[in-house]
Amino acid sequence: MPPTLMQIIFLIGSAITLLAALMVVTRRNLVHAALFLILTLFGISVLFVLLEAGFLAVVQVVVYIGAIAILMIMAVMVTRNVTGNETRTFNKNYGLAILIALLVLSGLVVALNHWPALNTTTQDVDTSTVVKTLGQSMFTAEAFVIPTIIASILLLAALIGAIVIAGPGKAGEE
Amino acid sequence: MIPLSWYLIVSASLFSIGLFGVLARKNAIAILMGIELMLNAVNINLVAFWRYLTPEKITGQVFALMVFAVAAAEVAVGLALVISVYRRREIVAADEIDMLKW
Repeated sequence: MPPTLMQIIFLIGSAITLLAALMVVTRRNLVHAALFLILTLFGISVLFVLLEAGFLAVVQVVVYIGAIAILMIMAVMVTRNVTGNETRTFNKNYGLAILIALLVLSGLVVALNHWPALNTTTQDVDTSTVVKTLGQSMFTAEAFVIPTIIASILLLAALIGAIVIAGPGKAGEE
Repeated sequence: MIPLSWYLIVSASLFSIGLFGVLARKNAIAILMGIELMLNAVNINLVAFWRYLTPEKITGQVFALMVFAVAAAEVAVGLALVISVYRRREIVAADEIDMLKW
């Protein structure tokens, strides 16, 4: 059976995503790692588009790439080592880390093989009303208004906490 | 049509790569990048399950948005901690941050 166009797009997108993710965890230069992180996040938003979740793809680009990845690059530049690049990329436990990561991957794949719902085919979804339903359900009391409020309080706490932790200390402490 | 298992395998691989980054990297900011990869793997799973299993409910997408919010909060506080430690001690390597050890 020849692969369809959607499958080809999926394979290319996921291959780019996984290769860029490997580069993120192996590059010694942290600015390069952050740029590959941006490439990974773009690949994931391609997967979201293939899953017909266009709103989440846009949010992925805006929130992750526009805010989080840029914040990472800023932090890398602020904390740049004065002597240049780091001496070592990995700590001394990286062999054990490879082992654990491979164990988790094989465990997940084996568990997936025994899962009955794996062969469900995709169902038709009316994508024109998804964003409307999403917005309504996030602000109705019967649905998800409590998680929305908790998330906003969490973001406010993180904002204040980040300012307190990283902001200027008491006078004379600098 | 793309089988559901393809998405799950990509997501599992991405999670394992992020786990390796968290466990093996020396720099604290690189560890935070590994955490971002793991959270994104979770998001792929959530959206794939929404699309294939319960497309009539919106729960999967709402939960993915919650993961976005938690990831933003986590990275803000994490980077603030890294910058604060760097200003006091001039280090960013996670295994050298041992002020609480005695």
